[in-house]
Amino acid sequence: MLNVKDILATQDMIDKRHLDIRTITMGISLLDCTDPDVNQCAAKIYEKIVRRAENLVKVGTEIEWEFGIPIVNKRISVTPIALVGGACQTDSYVPLAIAMDKAAETCGVNFIGGFSALVQKGSTKGDEILMNSIPEALRQTKCVCASVNVGSTKAGINMDAVAKMGRIIKQTADVTADNDGLGCAKLVVFANAVEDNPFMAGAFHGVGEPECVLNVGVSGPGVVYHALQSVKGQPFDVVAETVKKTAFRITRMGQMVGVEASNRLGVPFGIVDLSLAPTPAVGDSVARILEEMGLEVCGTHGTTAALALLNDAVKKGGVMASNHVGGLSGAFIPVSEDEGMIAAAECGTLTLSKLEAMTCVCSVGLDMIAVPGDTSAATISAIIADEAAIGMVNSKTTAVRIIPAPGKNVGDRVEMGGLLGSAPVMPVIDKASDDFIARGGRIPAPLQSLKN
Amino acid sequence: MRAIVTVVGKDQVGIIASVCTCLASYQINVLDIRQTVMQGYFTMMMVADVSGSSIPVAELAQKLEEQGKQMNLSIRLQREDIFDAMHRV
Repeated sequence: MLNVKDILATQDMIDKRHLDIRTITMGISLLDCTDPDVNQCAAKIYEKIVRRAENLVKVGTEIEWEFGIPIVNKRISVTPIALVGGACQTDSYVPLAIAMDKAAETCGVNFIGGFSALVQKGSTKGDEILMNSIPEALRQTKCVCASVNVGSTKAGINMDAVAKMGRIIKQTADVTADNDGLGCAKLVVFANAVEDNPFMAGAFHGVGEPECVLNVGVSGPGVVYHALQSVKGQPFDVVAETVKKTAFRITRMGQMVGVEASNRLGVPFGIVDLSLAPTPAVGDSVARILEEMGLEVCGTHGTTAALALLNDAVKKGGVMASNHVGGLSGAFIPVSEDEGMIAAAECGTLTLSKLEAMTCVCSVGLDMIAVPGDTSAATISAIIADEAAIGMVNSKTTAVRIIPAPGKNVGDRVEMGGLLGSAPVMPVIDKASDDFIARGGRIPAPLQSLKN
Repeated sequence: MRAIVTVVGKDQVGIIASVCTCLASYQINVLDIRQTVMQGYFTMMMVADVSGSSIPVAELAQKLEEQGKQMNLSIRLQREDIFDAMHRV
């Protein structure tokens, strides 16, 4: 029989440490939904998503009850819509976004990702239409998430797209101004985007993926935080080992749930995304883990090193627990979704510059950051360019999800609600980057040798 | 298919009887029981064979939770696989 201590330990993690499966995300290919008529295309998209994902929420809920583990989100990702809509004789993909939104509502999922374009080297007609449709698509839909990949290690950075996305983010904030620019919380600009990411807002179903697939994202900052409390003052070797062991347990559970769900849905199992994804709830924060390592406030000197250790140990522990690892895999540092990050930003210790440094060593990038509403499009583009450069040079995924909150200034707060949390408006550097962004063109791909 | 039933709460008359009666009514065989009372708090763990359950396991777990609420206890049923996954390599 199982050890009573082990049973109680698992239940304790679920009840008190916020252990959960963060998301099961079904990836669905829409490559067979193309049509010259945009309304026909929208109808095909709706039909296919609903047909494939009709049981996703039901199966997820069954598993939650049988295993006693919460599955917080059930979601859908689809083929980048710029590819699907390319054949449509139209100048707007908003009808396709609306079809996605309706399908998500019918299936009962809370987000659907894939209103996306991949333009790291240049954009097609479809890519341009998609990017131009983003503000209106995000205004008119509830569950749709958009993403655009503007750079990669192999292609360099498409600075025309970077400039454009700065303007698109501003427009999106303006058209969703009634909700503090909420549309921007559903829009990510990537470098080195991955094809099998289960996390929103950046999930899409890549062209190298099968017809339909199930990916899982795990979570558990609270469990790691609690484990580290038991090794106070001990050397980093012990810290790393403790994180690894904890990550192993969390990931094994994710693997088990993923396989179970994919069997029941009759869909191949894709990957486990080894992540520490925080929520705004107290006790579910990545920032507090870093502080537990001995930092007074997250963002002070030493934060980058602490995060590097954490990120690496999570992956090392998780890799052995799962047969296929993918997605973004690592510790997330979304400011508005992490109670400790919010506190650190509010007291002024955590700045945009420090966050940028932190993104060099962890998963993704500048995530869920609110900046003053009068921040210029060029400044936002320049922030994107910096982040994309970090991703490009270090062969890692980086992203920017930034909210230039209309009418808000430093000291104000943006309330996003639910898992998106609330973000203190953070200051940006007030010197212009306009001439830099106005150049356009492409930043060439970096050397992959002579690394120093 | 085996499941672990965990019961935690203030000790009172008839805890084991009521949980076992509930399980028996859905054709579930109890394989093993361990229980202890610590500082007035009752903790019981049961291993049950749920393969013959007359209702789906997810529903069974909900029924037990409801019954627990009526008695002011936490009763949960979880498939054994989750503990195996987390604690066995």
